Amino acid sequence: MGLEDLLGEGFLATRVKDLLAWGRKNSLWPMPFGTACCAIEMMSTLSSRYDMSRFGAEVVRFSPRQADLLIVGGRVTLKMMPVLQRIWLQMPEPKWSISMGACASCGGVFDTYTMIQGVDQFIPVDVYIPGCPPRPENLIDAVRLIQDQISSHEVQAHIDEITGIPSLPRLQHMQALRAERARLADAPLIEVVQEPAK
Amino acid sequence: MTRLPTADHEAQARQRREASKQAAERRLERERGLARQAAEWLGDDLLEVIEFRGQLTVVCKPPRLHELLAWFKDELAFDMLVDATAVDYLKLEGDYPERFAVVYHLANTVREARLRVRAYVSEEDPTAPTAGDIWAAAGWAEREIYDMYGLEFEGHPNLIRILLPHEYSGHPLRKDYPLRGRGERDNFPVIRRGDAEAKA
Repeated sequence: MGLEDLLGEGFLATRVKDLLAWGRKNSLWPMPFGTACCAIEMMSTLSSRYDMSRFGAEVVRFSPRQADLLIVGGRVTLKMMPVLQRIWLQMPEPKWSISMGACASCGGVFDTYTMIQGVDQFIPVDVYIPGCPPRPENLIDAVRLIQDQISSHEVQAHIDEITGIPSLPRLQHMQALRAERARLADAPLIEVVQEPAK
Repeated sequence: MTRLPTADHEAQARQRREASKQAAERRLERERGLARQAAEWLGDDLLEVIEFRGQLTVVCKPPRLHELLAWFKDELAFDMLVDATAVDYLKLEGDYPERFAVVYHLANTVREARLRVRAYVSEEDPTAPTAGDIWAAAGWAEREIYDMYGLEFEGHPNLIRILLPHEYSGHPLRKDYPLRGRGERDNFPVIRRGDAEAKA
């Protein structure tokens, strides 16, 4: 591309969605849903020895409204599942989720009446972590996998799924909206400021 | 500098062990006396007094249960209800008069004595009197029994589930209840990506 040569230093040619994904993947805000020993490993991952801030995911939010990465670590019981579902729904889009450890992924050794046999039955899960509990390295690996998903624009697929409009028609739709806005901006203001006739 | 155990230390430890053993024997003797008193007071309503590994259980006929517990509190100063629980004898080997039993674990904290009181409860009419008016601690324990075994307590002011969700059906510690439940754990709405909050 000759654009960078043309504009000189301080400019970078990219695509908006790449830039957006780059920003998102390097500042994930996790929502910790730790219900058992996996939460201890999660705390270890976040603190100084393993230091998840090296991967931009250290701002743990205890409000789902401010988070975009749900980490389900630990046993989820019959009584907890509605809570987990509500938390997932309260998180704003775009959002991702990690099912951490054996219990969250498949119920683990707790094959009883009160244990959910895998949270992926009832909420979406992007990355599973094996282990009982998994080591902090496994959690870091899962966060890296989430980052890969973000930079490979799986988030776009998610948004397409949500809106029901695939990427290219969506772009055309946005362009049409933008053109309409430009046309209105150029149009004489008389229509807008004129008071309705009494 | 670390202090190595000397003959003197070992002798002291032996003395302490001996003293605690004697104290346990004295306590057991005291408990036997109390159980004997209870047996005399109950008369024909006593089913049996069980001694197992230094622990005593007084088994009484169900109609006298509440009266007996009150008597233990008022006359023998059993001031603490340690726990209340239940047993389902459905699959247990042996001959039991009824399917269920309620068990109250009592303690006298002043004279240091512990006793158990048991009364059988039938499957057809799974009710027992509440002990909540004797020890307030019985309230939550009896709610747990109700939650897990489905036994009901007459006179309990708030007999609702304590551990399981209120909409749960069934009593999972009954021995005929399947370990994996009856599908409760699979019975949730499935949330897909893109579902809005209003759906929950």
